[in-house]
Amino acid sequence: MPKVLTVKHMARCIACYSCMLACARAVYGDYSPSHSAVQIRTRGGLQSKLAADVCIGCRDAPCAAACQAGALLPRPGGGVRFVRNKCSGCGACVEACVVRAIRLDTDGRAIVCIQCGTCTRFCPHDVLVMEESAADA
Amino acid sequence: MLDANTVRVLYIDLGRREWRVDERPELARYLGGVGVAAKLFTEGLVPDAEASAPEQPVVLGIGPLTTVFPLATKTAAVFRSPLTGEWGESYAGMRLAMALRFAGYDAVYLTGRAQRPVYLVVDRDGVSFKDARGLWGLDCEETGRCLREWEQGRGFRSIVRIGPAGERGVAFAGVNVDTVRHFGRLGLGAVMGAKNLKAMVVHGEKSIPIPDRRAYRAVYEEIHARAVDTEVMEKYHGLGTAGNVLSLNAMGALPTRNLRENRFEGAERISGEAFAQKTLIRKLACPGCPVGCIHVGLYRRSFAEGHEYESITLAYDYELIYALGSFLGLSEPGDVYALIEAVEALGLDAISSGVVLGWATEALEKGLIHTADLGAELRFGDLDGYLAALHGLVEQPTPLYAVLARGLHRATAELGGRDFACLLGNNEMAGYHTGYAFILGQTVGARHSHLCNAGYALDQEPGLGEDPEGVVDRLIAEEEWRNVLNSLGVCLFARNIYDPPTVVRTLNALGVPAGAEDLAQLGAEIFDLKLAAKKRMGFDLSHVTVPRRYFETSTLQGTLREDVLGDLLSRYRARIAARA
Repeated sequence: MPKVLTVKHMARCIACYSCMLACARAVYGDYSPSHSAVQIRTRGGLQSKLAADVCIGCRDAPCAAACQAGALLPRPGGGVRFVRNKCSGCGACVEACVVRAIRLDTDGRAIVCIQCGTCTRFCPHDVLVMEESAADA
Repeated sequence: MLDANTVRVLYIDLGRREWRVDERPELARYLGGVGVAAKLFTEGLVPDAEASAPEQPVVLGIGPLTTVFPLATKTAAVFRSPLTGEWGESYAGMRLAMALRFAGYDAVYLTGRAQRPVYLVVDRDGVSFKDARGLWGLDCEETGRCLREWEQGRGFRSIVRIGPAGERGVAFAGVNVDTVRHFGRLGLGAVMGAKNLKAMVVHGEKSIPIPDRRAYRAVYEEIHARAVDTEVMEKYHGLGTAGNVLSLNAMGALPTRNLRENRFEGAERISGEAFAQKTLIRKLACPGCPVGCIHVGLYRRSFAEGHEYESITLAYDYELIYALGSFLGLSEPGDVYALIEAVEALGLDAISSGVVLGWATEALEKGLIHTADLGAELRFGDLDGYLAALHGLVEQPTPLYAVLARGLHRATAELGGRDFACLLGNNEMAGYHTGYAFILGQTVGARHSHLCNAGYALDQEPGLGEDPEGVVDRLIAEEEWRNVLNSLGVCLFARNIYDPPTVVRTLNALGVPAGAEDLAQLGAEIFDLKLAAKKRMGFDLSHVTVPRRYFETSTLQGTLREDVLGDLLSRYRARIAARA
């Protein structure tokens, strides 16, 4: 069964941004961690807890339904495939995402998780893992 | 200088409220970090003006590896030190280097003095000068909270600020970077204060496309794997630097009670193990570092009967436990935390603060200074006096505090008592009473830090003591190589990962054509650049003295002899003279 990105052990996060750098590097070909579909956040300063804004891999993904350009295609098992060169930068997916995990990059194209799991390979503490989604359990 | 051909320098004039960006292609051969910062600093240094003069530059630099390779997390700062009067160099981690990288600047060059307190917002569009009168007087934490709420860029910004110590010109005031890291040593906080610069918010999230993804990913993944899958980083990841407390104590190298002793009977209780078991709640990392060496502990204290507690979290490390623990005879983690809390809030360098208070305790015992002038009783092992005295150093309610706030080099020139002042190269000592190489290393190192050349590590190598030329060779070679690492932007904790062949491969993967020989030459060139600047600021190695205390208290190598150290110093001087 295909797996989807899951926030497993948030309290173990050390804010190293390795996941963000991995996504930016591998998926978006960019050095900048701002160009990552995963976003690690503090809840208000470094003395606070951390949080991860990630794609939850929806079935019948609303972002794909909202995309009129054909850039986002439902992926078996949840989430989407992203055909970047078809993205028009209209932002409909950003509006449609139920967890607000899609943003536009500085060129106006979507930064969207493709459920590849690369970020999880670089997480030192299994904060992020690929698991079969709860819906399949 | 991710662009191999140029260095982008952001020049900021605080007095004129002007800024500009210059491309400096001719600086590309310095790579970045301390190399570029040292070169820029020497261009603007005014040797005849004191450290706090408006025209003295402060330069920040990041390196080609910053954020784009694992553990490349440090920003270098170069300035004239108000503590020693000469070469000021300090490093901070956390998000500053990343924010500068993705704001698009390799270096920041600050001069002038704002007419009124300001803070700067630096982003890809340049610099905004903002009114900081509402922040002036606030401690480091509250300043950070305000700026977090006032300014944009959450997650991709860094908030760099001074506390009251920097505002009031304490010569060993530090700069707080993102709450848990600092430009600690040599008084950058006082230099910012003299410029009326309370804070700087740097925000960077610009896209930088990777030119050669395949080459880059291969080298990145190899280094990342070495950092997380091998033992090479275990020391920093596990107990952290605080693990040094017990090992140095066992060696007889843990400075205790103003270095009257080299072992501390309370070492177990303030050991890294004790801090971890009783207080450690989490670790944090600088962005791009999967190791996460920042140890954050819980400081909980009762403030009233009936289970009334207050709690805060604080980052601890070996140097803080040494300077604010064993050096003051304090053996409770809670006492150490109380002093860490104060130095954090006030914006003081922890090492100099502890060493100044240790000296003051002994000076009080000897009748050199008096309780009435301190407004507090200082006794080894007694927290309350030390807490009051830390505030005294900043608020300076008496003339004595104003003298102590200039650091022990200047204070002892006025008050006497240099024999028992734990100074090396006029800077308060780091926590390693290991032997000759440490003392020589901190004395001769460009910034008089144990991190210049790691003499403390040489002292732990058997047999090297019989080879004085070998000690001198190794200190110089280490300082030269660290100049390279510090130009790349790499954290020195990762020095065992970034050996010369690895460094060459990282640079080549970024399209920077450099070989091992180029790097070695660069390290030597930066070494000489610093020496020349130090000379212009009046530093002369033939005038340095080492206080008698170092020869009274036994070390890992037993009791040291002045003539042996004198011989090492003259060999070092001869080597330096031969370079010129």
